[in-house]
Amino acid sequence: MRRPEPLEIFQPTSIREAGALLKEKGPGGRFLAGGTDLVIAVKEKGLSPKYVVDLKRIPGLSGIREETDGGLKIGALTTLREVETSPIVLKRFPFLAQSAAEVGSVQIRHRATIGGNMANATPSADVAPALLALEAKVKIVGLNGERVVELEQFFRGPGQTVMAPEEILTEIVIPPASPALVGEYIKFSPREMMDLAYIGVAVAFVFNASQKRCEKVRIALGAVSPTPMRARGAESLLEGQILTEELAERAGAEAARESKPISDVRSSAEYRRDMVRVNTKRALLNAAAQRPGKWTERRDRRY
Amino acid sequence: MNKKIRVTLNGKRTDLDVPAHRLLLDLLRDEIGLTGTKEGCGTGDCGACTVLLNGKPVNSCLIFSGELDGADIVTIEGLKIGPELHPVQKAFIRDGGAQCGYCTPGMLMMAKSLLDENPDPSDEEIRFALAGNLCRCTGYAKIVQAVQDAAAELRARRA
Repeated sequence: MRRPEPLEIFQPTSIREAGALLKEKGPGGRFLAGGTDLVIAVKEKGLSPKYVVDLKRIPGLSGIREETDGGLKIGALTTLREVETSPIVLKRFPFLAQSAAEVGSVQIRHRATIGGNMANATPSADVAPALLALEAKVKIVGLNGERVVELEQFFRGPGQTVMAPEEILTEIVIPPASPALVGEYIKFSPREMMDLAYIGVAVAFVFNASQKRCEKVRIALGAVSPTPMRARGAESLLEGQILTEELAERAGAEAARESKPISDVRSSAEYRRDMVRVNTKRALLNAAAQRPGKWTERRDRRY
Repeated sequence: MNKKIRVTLNGKRTDLDVPAHRLLLDLLRDEIGLTGTKEGCGTGDCGACTVLLNGKPVNSCLIFSGELDGADIVTIEGLKIGPELHPVQKAFIRDGGAQCGYCTPGMLMMAKSLLDENPDPSDEEIRFALAGNLCRCTGYAKIVQAVQDAAAELRARRA
């Protein structure tokens, strides 16, 4: 296995200092969060950063906070393991915790961060569909101040985001959600663990369980287009409707039609499209069933 | 570009002057001589290089030495309790939870970390925790059994 070339590692203690370092040292530098993408890119993909700016010494960039308005703020350096095991996330959005738990191994998730996972912009990132279904935003800080961008607008293509090189993603902002919000994330992959998704589907909607009516329906797909995407056609089919198996089937077919998968070593486009159909339906019905208990114990929910 | 770091390594304060880009795995094996930690894939898929960093299991093949100032690191060499093997080590020996043994140090570090968090795991929880530790020799049945036996012994000691 290739070893990293010599490089300098800076450990700034403020965002301003980190951005200024990148400006001062010039092109060829990379920000470092958990390193589970960066170090692999160095070892396997020939990436040779001239220097690395480690963000982990900057205070205030990690942790999960419930806002008084019911929203949630997740610091960019919060590890995926923290998201997976956070009592707040498990209580409010269990499918978000589950999406984090689908990434790599426990070892990887103790290092990998939610901000790094978004900034790396892999089309198959498991957390992205769950965050899109929650209509999350990201806070980005640059030398000239901060801006808040819808996560859906943040991704520009595989590995591409709207961020300038010296900008830093500092926070994931999940807007307030109804207590009646239900959701589900299904990662469909060849192996149960330690694999990338063929496809991923997240659904979230406000559910009136007695009438079986769903509102504010959000459906997001991973690994079926250059960026994680919303399936708006499928959402509008369901909006305000009574959820039946037949309707879930139709929504699945519509999501499949909207998806834009490619054929590659993992799967053909046709198979991916069909798995979007099947798993969108399953996710909708699973979310509506709201079975109690820890998701790790509910394997029947997964496929 | 060297960097001075101070770490706690297997309970001992250690001052090092190391190239910042040196991976923790190579630092342990090649510079310090702790060769119990193994390299399998080098890309965070196999878990052979698992060590505890600030109490959490991580892949040492994916961490720069330059990130480590102030860190607490425990390797397989630091797992035993005094002169005595840790209960997970004894259980792996007793139950035959190893064949060639290459994955074993990583398995043991991961098993220890699981039992620190969850003293009474189900088989399913053990498999979930060990998903990032690959064994190419044999099945995982005896490994899961060994973790169960270690868990039982640790619980008995606490009782």
